Amino acid sequence: MSTPSSTDSGEPSLDPTDAAQVDAALAAAVEAIAAAADLDQLKSARAQHLGDRSPLALANRAIGALPKQDKAVAGKLIGAARGRLSKLAETRLAELEADRDARVLAEETVDVSLPGDRRSRGARQAIARMIDQVSDIFVGMGWEIAEGPELDAEWFNFDALNFPPDHPARLLQDTFYVAPSDTVPPATGGLDSETRMVLRTHTSPVQIRTMLDREPPIYVLCPGRTFRTDELDATHTPVFHQFEGLAIDRHLSMAHLKGTLDHFAKAVFGPASTTRLRPHFFPFTEPSAEMDVWFPDKKGGAGWVEWGGCGMVDPNVLRSCGLDPAEWSGFAFGMGVERTLQFAHSISDMRDLVDGDVRFTTGFAEPVGQVWV
Amino acid sequence: MRIGVSWLREYVSLPAELSADDIAAKFISIGFEVEDIHLGEPVVGDLVVGRVATIEELTEFKKPIRFCTVDVGPGNGPDGSDGVREIICGATNFVVGDLVVVALPGTVLPGGFTIASRQTYGHLSDGMICAEDEIGVGTDHAGILVLGHGEVDGVEPGADARSLVGVGDPVIEVNVETDRGYAMSMRGLARELGTAFGVEFVDPAQAPLRTAAGDAQPVRLDDPSGCSRFVAVRITGTDPLAASPLVIRKRLAAAKIRSISLVVDVTNYVMLELGQPLHAYDAAKLQGAIGVRRAAAGERVRTLDGVDRPLNGGEVVITDDSGIIGLAGVMGGESTEISAGTSEVVIEAATFTAADISRTSRRHRLPSEAAKRFERSVDPAVAPAAAERAAALITRYGGGTVDAGRTDVGDVQEAAPVRMSLSEPERLVGRPFSADTVQRRLEQVGCTVELEVARGSVVATPPSWRPDLLRPADLVEEVARLEGFDTIPSVLPGAPAGSGFTPRQRRARAVADLLADRGLVESQSFPFIGTADLDALNISAGDTRRRLVTLANPLDAGRPYLRTSLLPGLLDVVRRNLARGAKSLALFEIGQVFLPRHGAPSMPDLAVDRRPTPPELAVAEAALPDQPRRLGAVLVGDWDRVGWWGAGRAADFSDAIEIARGVAAACGHAVRVVASDLAPFHPGRAGELRVGDWPIGVAGELHPAVVERLGLPRRAVALELTLDAIPDAPAPTAPAVSPFPPALVDVALVVPERVAAADLAQALKAGGGELLESVRLFDVYTGGQVAAGHRSLAFALSVRAIDHTLTAAEANAVRDAAIRAAADAFGATVRE
Repeated sequence: MSTPSSTDSGEPSLDPTDAAQVDAALAAAVEAIAAAADLDQLKSARAQHLGDRSPLALANRAIGALPKQDKAVAGKLIGAARGRLSKLAETRLAELEADRDARVLAEETVDVSLPGDRRSRGARQAIARMIDQVSDIFVGMGWEIAEGPELDAEWFNFDALNFPPDHPARLLQDTFYVAPSDTVPPATGGLDSETRMVLRTHTSPVQIRTMLDREPPIYVLCPGRTFRTDELDATHTPVFHQFEGLAIDRHLSMAHLKGTLDHFAKAVFGPASTTRLRPHFFPFTEPSAEMDVWFPDKKGGAGWVEWGGCGMVDPNVLRSCGLDPAEWSGFAFGMGVERTLQFAHSISDMRDLVDGDVRFTTGFAEPVGQVWV
Repeated sequence: MRIGVSWLREYVSLPAELSADDIAAKFISIGFEVEDIHLGEPVVGDLVVGRVATIEELTEFKKPIRFCTVDVGPGNGPDGSDGVREIICGATNFVVGDLVVVALPGTVLPGGFTIASRQTYGHLSDGMICAEDEIGVGTDHAGILVLGHGEVDGVEPGADARSLVGVGDPVIEVNVETDRGYAMSMRGLARELGTAFGVEFVDPAQAPLRTAAGDAQPVRLDDPSGCSRFVAVRITGTDPLAASPLVIRKRLAAAKIRSISLVVDVTNYVMLELGQPLHAYDAAKLQGAIGVRRAAAGERVRTLDGVDRPLNGGEVVITDDSGIIGLAGVMGGESTEISAGTSEVVIEAATFTAADISRTSRRHRLPSEAAKRFERSVDPAVAPAAAERAAALITRYGGGTVDAGRTDVGDVQEAAPVRMSLSEPERLVGRPFSADTVQRRLEQVGCTVELEVARGSVVATPPSWRPDLLRPADLVEEVARLEGFDTIPSVLPGAPAGSGFTPRQRRARAVADLLADRGLVESQSFPFIGTADLDALNISAGDTRRRLVTLANPLDAGRPYLRTSLLPGLLDVVRRNLARGAKSLALFEIGQVFLPRHGAPSMPDLAVDRRPTPPELAVAEAALPDQPRRLGAVLVGDWDRVGWWGAGRAADFSDAIEIARGVAAACGHAVRVVASDLAPFHPGRAGELRVGDWPIGVAGELHPAVVERLGLPRRAVALELTLDAIPDAPAPTAPAVSPFPPALVDVALVVPERVAAADLAQALKAGGGELLESVRLFDVYTGGQVAAGHRSLAFALSVRAIDHTLTAAEANAVRDAAIRAAADAFGATVRE
């Protein structure tokens, strides 16, 4: 069996010096490569027309045996044909691979709106987040964060803060007192507490502890949990949180208090915010003031919102902590965390902040109203 | 305190154009909280004075009905006629000739109620005779408002009744702080407004006192500590049925004080005016001298409200020969009460000690108007003026005479002068004040001021009504307040460089953030628990968590203790969420628990005039319960959700322990886990976590009985760690990281079932030595191919050297050494 295309014999089926034959083989190969519709067809077309036993390969191999004068002609002819063919095959390969890749990607398309929440998201509680946020602001100002026990001596909570022995805040109707151990709690009782221990009604005892613990200058923020004997309802909770600030230094005045509060307000409520002081009375400060904050995002339009109390630390308080009021002066302020959250986020019912409903807490951490929740 | 603006204007020359809002804003700026402004709803249309001409009682109805004719003045009659309108009225408290207030048809009363001529009770009623509440000047609806009987000066039928009765007079409600007793009066508030607006103020207490001859009533002051001054005047022959004038009634109504009788109304009126609470005794019922002393425990008094009150002892009381006749400064007694037959009256104006009245008022739950003033302290100098003012008003409107005498026992303590450096206001306030300003402002407050220019100081003697001005800081507040807090500049102080959060604070936040990132939701529960909460958690009688701090006054009698574990509160939150429809929950809480200390000393009484000594403070600290910060977490239902990706997965004990490990890792520690049978956990499915040998908490599955009792989904898991027990971690040494590839070898070991996987892994690690980079358990098998009572644990070992690629022989040697160690320690055999 001996046909021009047969390569089985290893004999060349075309004359490498015959341009017409070479062109014909080339034309057949070009057609085959162009006709390859997929990578498999291209692979076999390449094997047939460019492989070791393809006519052009065999013809190429035969050049070595040609007479010297024919070698150059044949080499040129066959080389040009194989070069062109190989280039064509590469191009076609790239085309077909691109087609295949595009098809695979199309086939792999998914519904990207499918949820990926294999585990539900957690969240920090709103009160804790606010305390962290405020703590960051004050740490940024060079202040430190001071903490203390929630159950404390009456002395730290009242006496050292210049509350007279008969001050109404000390009453059982406002303050949780600790009963002597091994007693059944009485329904009502006198003002006198044998144990002299209370659940702190403000975080001010931490201020006292700080003044006793370290030397001035002191710049501390005291965030924490506080307690008063209010029944839980939409506007009261017996367990709530405050952040209080205390600064003691040689030169501090109400102007510094105002400056600190203004900075604080801007940091929390934006650069348009500021504060205003109104004279007030507290046992532990003199002069004392109530503080309003200008809240640009107030429901119904920007306006003043009552934010907390403040003032210059009362000389009696300084004295109780061993500081000479003639040498040191200082200011203190305090706000309710829940109250701040209430007006900042339009929370109409305080119970939402204490119930621990995960829908409320996670709703604070991410946009409400997503479909996949 | 509620004050009518028109009354204020009698003492202070406020510009006419000032609105109630302007006045309220000024009050706020000088430190008086304004609770509310009641503008007084207007009456639109004709509200006129009428005189009752005839009354016909209609008796055919179920209730008394009167058909009246009322003279309503020229041009106010029907169709513009002069004269008389026919009006049906349901009240009976008036007689022919009385002056009343009539709303003519077409008039719109507060609340939008329009008066019309209408047919009722068989007659055409052509207008309405008004009660106080109907025109918004009071709350009384017992009868109609009677302006007067017979002739009243300057009041004629047809006159506009609006200003007469105070329709539309704004009332400002001022909240007076506990240190400003003087402001519980028109006198005090008008003075403040005069200063604030810079207008003239006339002190109503400044009228010269009548010269009295002798005592009006014998009074014995046995307890000057509770009563420093007692003034009394006596009125005889006054008409017990005389009506209070309208002006007094409307001002009392504005202050929400009920009108009772002329004598009682006048005592209340003068109290509002001057701030001095007064008490009126029926002189005929007094037996002998009035005394003031302290009650003995067990004594009783029947107060004006008809309540028979046992006394605790120590209350300041008023006595006569019959015994106790009043709770001083709080409420009078019934036995000497003014009645419809009282024509001889003794008026008391006394100065009682603030703390005593405060205590008595609270102990007996009697927050009377008098007590509210005494507990804020009352000007001791005003007592005679107030008594005389009351006597003058009573005799003016009720007739009778004031006795020549006036009792005045006790004395007025002179206020101590306060010396202040002239630089003190600037030091505390942060803006300069001239000496003139300081002097002027202190004088406006009522101080007598002496400038000591050479010393650079000022000496201020506070007025009798300002016992709160004791120290330079108190004076500074007055100067700054009157100059305006809005004049204080805003200066941000430069705090010294700080060192940021403490390591513990950073750690606490890292832990909370870690848990939130892992999918747990933070909650904060109340720290109150009851024994039922501990019972529900299987916490036994001897458990240290039963050593509890008890509250003297818990809100919920069922939860009088402070928590010794976070789990009861956390489980409450879990159950609340489940009740609201949640199926799967992962919650955590970080908070303090309260653990009484053994042998704690009792809390010492510490002084306030000096710093407590270090030993005193140490005792105070030791007396307090230990209050470590804990972390609790509870996981119920699916931890991994069911979804389009496949099935969900409930949390099991290992998830709880892994969370605890994560927390420990965030604190810089690896933990060991050893089996634990602590309540409320499953005794076979919980582990105690230890840093070294130091226990930091427990994690695992909750006891099935607890789960069942609390109605939780099956197999709920939980953990509770004492964050404060996790030691501070030393700064870690940086790990050496090899750039060479690892040799990965799997080993399956068969061991007795009691051998803990962690112990076996530890043995492998120890045996493999330094080159054994990691040991990871990837399969646990029990079944046919493993001997009974044994299990197969499969580990993936990663073997690697820091300095070269290990050969197969080297890697195998490590593996063999590891297996040998496991075999030696636990009899482990390689599973073929």
